Amino acid sequence: MLLTVDQVSKTYPGGRPVLQDASISLAQGESLSLTGESGSGKSTLLHLVAALDGFDAGQITFDGISYSTLDDGGRAALRRNRVALVFQQFNLIPSLTVAQNLAFHARLAGRHDPAWTTEIAGRLGLDGVLDHFPEQLSGGQQQRVAIGRAMSVRPKLLLADEPTGNLDEVAAKAVLDLMLDLVRVSGTALLLVTHSQSVAARLDRQAHLAGGRVT
Amino acid sequence: MRVEVLILSLLWPWAVSAQGFAGLGTEVEGFAIPQRGIELSFPSDHGPHPDFRIEWWYLTATLDGADGRQYGLQWTLFRSALEPGDKPGWQSPQIWMGHAAVTTPDAHYFTERLSRGGIGQAGVSATPFLAWIDEWEMSGDPSGEMRLTAAGQDFAYSLDMHAKGPLVLHGDQGYSVKSQAGQASYYYSQPFLQVSGTLDLPDGPVAVTGSAWIDREWSSQPLSGDQTGWDWFSLALDDNARVMAFRLRGIDDYTSGTWMAPDGTATPLADGAIRATPVQYASDSGPEVPVKWHLEIPSQGLDVQVSALFTGAWMATSFPYWEGPVTVTGSHTGRGYLEMTGYR
Amino acid sequence: MIRAATLALWSHWRRHPVQLLTLVVGIALAAGLWSAVQAINAEARASYARAAAQLGTDRLDRLSRSDGAPMSVSEYLKLRQAGWQVAAVLQGTLRVNGGGVTVTGIDLLAWPDLPAIAEASSGSIAPVEVLTAPGRLFADAELAKALRDRPDLPPVSETTALPPRRILTDIGTAEAILNRAGQISYLLVLPDQPKGRPPLAEIAPGLTRQAARGTQDIARLTDSFHLNLTAFGLLSFVVGLFIVHGTVGLTFEQRRPLIRTLRALGLPMRLLMRLILAELLLLALLGGAIGLVLGYLVAAALLPDVAATLRGLYGAPAEGSVSLRPIWLVSGLGMAVAGTLLASAQTLWRLSRLPILAAPGQHRWSARPRAMRMQMLSSLVVVATGIAAFAVFDGLIAGFALMAGCLLGAALALPPALAGLLFLGKRMVRGPLAEWVMADMRAQLPGLSLALMALLLALAANIGVGTMVASFRLTFDGWLDQRLTSTYYVNARDDAQGAELAAWLTPRTDAVLPIRSVEITTGTHPLFVYGIVDHVSYRRHWPLIAADADVWQRVMSGQAALINEQIARRDGLWPGSTITLAPEWETPVAGVYSDYGNPTGQAIVALDRLLDHFPDVPNTRFGVHLPADQAEQQAEELRAVFDLPPGAVIPQQTLKAQSRAIFEKTFLVTGALNVLTLGVAGFAILTSLLTLWSQRLPQLAPVWALGQTRTGLAWLELLRAVVLAAMTALFAVPLGLVLAWLLLSVINVAAFGWRLPMYLFPLEWVRLFALALLTAAAAAALPMLRLRRLPPAQLLKVFANES
Repeated sequence: MLLTVDQVSKTYPGGRPVLQDASISLAQGESLSLTGESGSGKSTLLHLVAALDGFDAGQITFDGISYSTLDDGGRAALRRNRVALVFQQFNLIPSLTVAQNLAFHARLAGRHDPAWTTEIAGRLGLDGVLDHFPEQLSGGQQQRVAIGRAMSVRPKLLLADEPTGNLDEVAAKAVLDLMLDLVRVSGTALLLVTHSQSVAARLDRQAHLAGGRVT
Repeated sequence: MRVEVLILSLLWPWAVSAQGFAGLGTEVEGFAIPQRGIELSFPSDHGPHPDFRIEWWYLTATLDGADGRQYGLQWTLFRSALEPGDKPGWQSPQIWMGHAAVTTPDAHYFTERLSRGGIGQAGVSATPFLAWIDEWEMSGDPSGEMRLTAAGQDFAYSLDMHAKGPLVLHGDQGYSVKSQAGQASYYYSQPFLQVSGTLDLPDGPVAVTGSAWIDREWSSQPLSGDQTGWDWFSLALDDNARVMAFRLRGIDDYTSGTWMAPDGTATPLADGAIRATPVQYASDSGPEVPVKWHLEIPSQGLDVQVSALFTGAWMATSFPYWEGPVTVTGSHTGRGYLEMTGYR
Repeated sequence: MIRAATLALWSHWRRHPVQLLTLVVGIALAAGLWSAVQAINAEARASYARAAAQLGTDRLDRLSRSDGAPMSVSEYLKLRQAGWQVAAVLQGTLRVNGGGVTVTGIDLLAWPDLPAIAEASSGSIAPVEVLTAPGRLFADAELAKALRDRPDLPPVSETTALPPRRILTDIGTAEAILNRAGQISYLLVLPDQPKGRPPLAEIAPGLTRQAARGTQDIARLTDSFHLNLTAFGLLSFVVGLFIVHGTVGLTFEQRRPLIRTLRALGLPMRLLMRLILAELLLLALLGGAIGLVLGYLVAAALLPDVAATLRGLYGAPAEGSVSLRPIWLVSGLGMAVAGTLLASAQTLWRLSRLPILAAPGQHRWSARPRAMRMQMLSSLVVVATGIAAFAVFDGLIAGFALMAGCLLGAALALPPALAGLLFLGKRMVRGPLAEWVMADMRAQLPGLSLALMALLLALAANIGVGTMVASFRLTFDGWLDQRLTSTYYVNARDDAQGAELAAWLTPRTDAVLPIRSVEITTGTHPLFVYGIVDHVSYRRHWPLIAADADVWQRVMSGQAALINEQIARRDGLWPGSTITLAPEWETPVAGVYSDYGNPTGQAIVALDRLLDHFPDVPNTRFGVHLPADQAEQQAEELRAVFDLPPGAVIPQQTLKAQSRAIFEKTFLVTGALNVLTLGVAGFAILTSLLTLWSQRLPQLAPVWALGQTRTGLAWLELLRAVVLAAMTALFAVPLGLVLAWLLLSVINVAAFGWRLPMYLFPLEWVRLFALALLTAAAAAALPMLRLRRLPPAQLLKVFANES
């Protein structure tokens, strides 16, 4: 297994539990959707997998690394080197151009492949806006840049949290098509949080969260 | 009667408002007091009497200009002793003050000088007679030829004077009583001066002729405590008689005066012999003062209107008073000077 | 509705007390330093006015003897008898508690128009007490106390209408206590003069008339000093407003959702604006009130030194205590309110035009070359305007216009310049993170530029003023060494004792150099002419800044004069020119010497020549030369033999120390204001950073998500602030040097009449550079710590739509 989430629980200080004994797993190149009501814990589960936040109990193992052993620096390294992220909004670094954004993660991870990045930009239809700043792009374009940046680092696992949540139907479909296409071509595993059943249906497997548990 | 005791309280600028005219009844410890029966002697009594608190050499003149206009002129030297006695230098207690004024039918020019006697900046010598403060001078013989000069910022004058009659002693041989309580001063006049000279006014010099009147008076405490001011007349009638009359305003008014025949023969006018009634008031340049009077001396058959030549003859000096030329009409005609103090 | 809306608006402050504090502190700082400077200026001006009115003498022309000797009473009477209305004055020094007190004895009968006398009139002092023996002295409370302990002196009246250490009395009393019977120092020409008065030359050819000195001289001299303070006050005010601007911007950024909600609930925009204005007004008044307290305290703390400066540098009669003036209170609050509204105007304007449903502000992050170019252009225009004003106008105003142009222009040019530097920096650095830091700094510039401008101005002022003071100090020290060459200086009581002293000293010393001077008037300016005898110490040390080849030869043979820099610059007299020292005494100028700290003109001629024209110049001061190790013993002996008071013999070292002490006090205030300004600039950076905080998270969150630790990012935040401050400091150095040059070569010449050489103090720049970095680091520390401790959930919120 590429990723194993085993009975993980998470409670924010002063709040009710967000996750209770949640477990999922994902194999190399496989895609899994996480659905659930607002507040079901699906985004939190994704954040934990991305090593963006710590958890209280359980085990997460990714690519042979157990998260419980990681400190803040280790988690940052894991984010930098092994996973890639696409969020609902504000993915991009506002002060950098599209081209700089596309290459940013790969360069941070120390494996920038300009040819690959150029190919991705072409596939995502971003050739004409490489000198632009994020604020000059439409929402759909911004999300395509975010996907391009994530893919250019050649991650083993792509984590996406409602990547089309802020887009209209047409743009959403286009962005999703491109993302799934890229994932397939590169053999990247995908964990996608969405509230849309139709989006979820396009992935290999589906998991549903309710009240912090995977059902 | 002249500005008298004002000088005691008002010489010093800061005392003006504090004491004002109420300063008349102040203590006179250490100063000499006028006595009845002392015979005045001349020329020595033309000079100063430093043991008395106050003293003045006071000249007024009614003049006719070559330009056909009437003028009045005043020249006064006051002596005021802060303490009895004298000593040389800045710290002498003898303080001198000069007032000079010229009144025209439509203007009044005046100025003031202050000086200390101890350094010789002002003073009076009896022989030869010279009264001076700074460059102002009155000199000569009060019974013969005299000269007079003074200057202010906007005027100057010089007169030659010639006595046409004798000195006149007021009251009882120069002992002049000022109240029922018996306050008194030594008082004599030279009311028969014929003058000619030049007034230098802002519009240019004017040659003038006319008559002048010198008053000499000294005392230490001439008024009683309740007296607040006075109205004083010096009139030169066209028949060459002279009238000096005053009214001291107090709880009861006190009047006194002298009728002087053309030959200088003096007839004292006792308290009550004079009736002075204000007819018309004006306040052109100071407080409201009577500028037209009804003056009666029944014993001499005098019943006249006395009117100011220029109603704004206010002397806004260290102590303020009204002093200006007047015209006499009625039973008698003539010219003269009117002085009014204690009006606020 | 109003109540509910008000409560809702105010609830913001309950949740953000630090913001409230920042806002009030910003207003208080702006109003405080401004008010402090105003209070100091008002107090000093009141002192001058009081002193001028006290003697009234400065309003009147003076007559004094051309030969410098005192007048006699008969000379006075001669004028009086010619009609001249003059008042006699006897002035002298009385020793009280070991110090000299100026006694001014005026003929109070001739010129009683003095405030001290008017004040006394409200009491119960009779004329006889003042005019006759023993007389009466008038003095301020402190001096009156000391005088009452002296049984040999007349009774004393306290007055508030006199400057410190000054006795006013009648001339008769002055004669007695100064033991100078029959002497008159000078005559005051009274305002009203009679007609037909003869001209002075006809009646008193030995007297010269000096035009009224007026208060203008002091006012003009001290104007520069006050302008200096005002400039500092204004600088602090502007920097304080930066803080207010930043905080108000932040507050309304954060209250936008609340305002949106209130408006959606039907609160009219006009009412809302009025409530917000009322709120700002209230805060402005609160901040203003605190500022006034602050200002009062600062003024009270600084004023004694300011007063010492004014007395030492200009001879201006300033006092060291602050009194509360209603106009000051009102203007202080007015400035607070006006400043607050000015600083909030932009925010309020934007708020008033905000559509109800506007989304939270999106910042433009792309560089704006057009705007930057515009700003650069306006900067050039401002500098050019300053230079044009300098070319067109004269003197102090021109200097300050040029200075204002340079400072403002440089401030405007700072953001484009920094942007340019960062652009270069971005191309030079390698690695994505470094590139990001550069790009991000550039993006941050608009939000920080006001604070950085404040820092630039504060740093430049520090460098400029610091360079000026240090250059002055260096020059002054060297000049003291040149000027004070005698081993010690001795003052005799009078000419007779002077002669005895000289006779006694001559066989016992290497040289006894008389120092004799007379005050004359050239035009309307007083000029002191000194007569000296030839001595090698003059030839070797005298601080000449311009001279003919055979300068000493010509001066000592009586063919020429030396003049000080002040008249040289004022009247354009340099070697080769001619100066008129008396009606029939024209002499060539052979040299010009520097004469720091002297408000008046000075000339030096051979003593014999001086005595030819002014035979009665007092001969009471001597410079004595002898081996230094014998000085103390001889001074003791001298004091004993001639029964001299302690202050009569002054060793060179003491004189130098006193001069240096005055110098240091002079610039203490400047130093204090420097530090305060820098502090305020640091505070401005802090508030700007706090304001930018909410906008920082969308910048930082993606980088964090892509694999950076919060600690690392926090350090980068600190680094950014420090780097920006460092770059600003780099710009501040040349700007500060320009400022220093302006102060030394333009302002000083216009204000004091001397030009100072400029010295550079690179170590001082290093210190200031470090101080700037420290200021920025201190300001950035709080946001940095906040970032380090930020829970990840806060950062994650950025990525999820709130709705």
